[in-house]
Amino acid sequence: MRALLLRDLRLAIRAGGGFGLGLAFFLIVTVLVPFGVGPETALLSRIAPGILWIGALLACLLSLDRILALDWEDGSLDLLATAPLPMEGIVTVKAIAHWITTGLPLVLAAPVLGVLLSLPVPAYQWVVISLVLGTPALSVIGTFGAALTVGLKRGGLLMSLLVLPLYVPTLIFGAEVARRGAEGLTVQTPLLLLAGISLGVIALLPFASAAVLRINLR
Amino acid sequence: MVLSVRDLAVTRGGLAILEGVSFDVPPGEALVLRGPNGVGKTTLLRSVAGLQPAEVGQVTGAEDEIAYSGHSDGLKAMLSVTENLRFWASVFGLSDIAPALAAFDLEGLRDRMAGTLSAGQKRRLGLARLMVTGRPVWVLDEPTVSLDTASVALFAQAVRTHLGQGGSALMATHIDLGLAEAHVLDLTPYKAGPRSRQMDEAFL
Repeated sequence: MRALLLRDLRLAIRAGGGFGLGLAFFLIVTVLVPFGVGPETALLSRIAPGILWIGALLACLLSLDRILALDWEDGSLDLLATAPLPMEGIVTVKAIAHWITTGLPLVLAAPVLGVLLSLPVPAYQWVVISLVLGTPALSVIGTFGAALTVGLKRGGLLMSLLVLPLYVPTLIFGAEVARRGAEGLTVQTPLLLLAGISLGVIALLPFASAAVLRINLR
Repeated sequence: MVLSVRDLAVTRGGLAILEGVSFDVPPGEALVLRGPNGVGKTTLLRSVAGLQPAEVGQVTGAEDEIAYSGHSDGLKAMLSVTENLRFWASVFGLSDIAPALAAFDLEGLRDRMAGTLSAGQKRRLGLARLMVTGRPVWVLDEPTVSLDTASVALFAQAVRTHLGQGGSALMATHIDLGLAEAHVLDLTPYKAGPRSRQMDEAFL
């Protein structure tokens, strides 16, 4: 499993690996929003937590179809399925690799890009904390979506439609943590719900992803 | 461990294509599957490899014993030849890739990116992968596609060595590898009749 993780990370940083795709998209969204809504600081700082969360979510979505489709196209997925790795382990490693190459850079970039949106000072820590807690769920749910659509040519649209509703709870509670943090309110309830969603999907979805992947490999 | 297939029926896209297939592949022997295009060689091999459940019948001696090689080689274009082989070796818990490189004459290509190899060289790398799995039963689907005569001889030699070490091989191929140990099974008589159409598979 470690070999698979290292291979995926190595592939991501080699040419054409797609590392930085999500990050670049996140940068573009957050740079363009002030141009779109105008330079009014009060308005920007009010919508900043939500914009950062939506940007991170869409950036995540953009890179989902690479999680399994590339391995399916070159036949590695068939070979991995006959290797002594449990399918649940394979999809978990894939989700971890996706989080390290996409989710983690987004978490690290969010405070920097927050400056462009004049994010209120107390909100910085809560944006980072909510993204740290929420992005693993985005990667795990995304891997499930990728497993559902792995055999389809141009399955990206279908996958987005399947995955977006599943992303909504994470977005609602993640953005709520950041918004309440920005206004200096207590964040405990949305924070616990966000963490609960993440832990729940991490615990359960790999089994579902493995099951649909087995069916799709037939 | 004897790979044993009993009364196997396989379907593809909801359509029964083979039924009543039975054979044994004991250690040290190779079985070559023959039959016209579309008769179900690939589907049968995928069932034996466990990628697809059998409709009827059973496969014993395959679980965690087989090394499967399909139409595609599972190579990553942006990894070098040795990186590709090392990855598969560590997935199967082995580390020594030198014999595999030597057996398929890949030493001169060690540091080339797999994406820059020719089709035949990629195939040789895909077949070298079998040697780093340490699995006793090789299940091969058209292993000699795009190989030249010299490479086919290398492959035949590798299979012979594998059989000599107590391994076995099940392969679908149209060319004669010159293996004395190989038995041939023609799949044409096992073709499923039109009556045994299965509909429920289509809904899965």
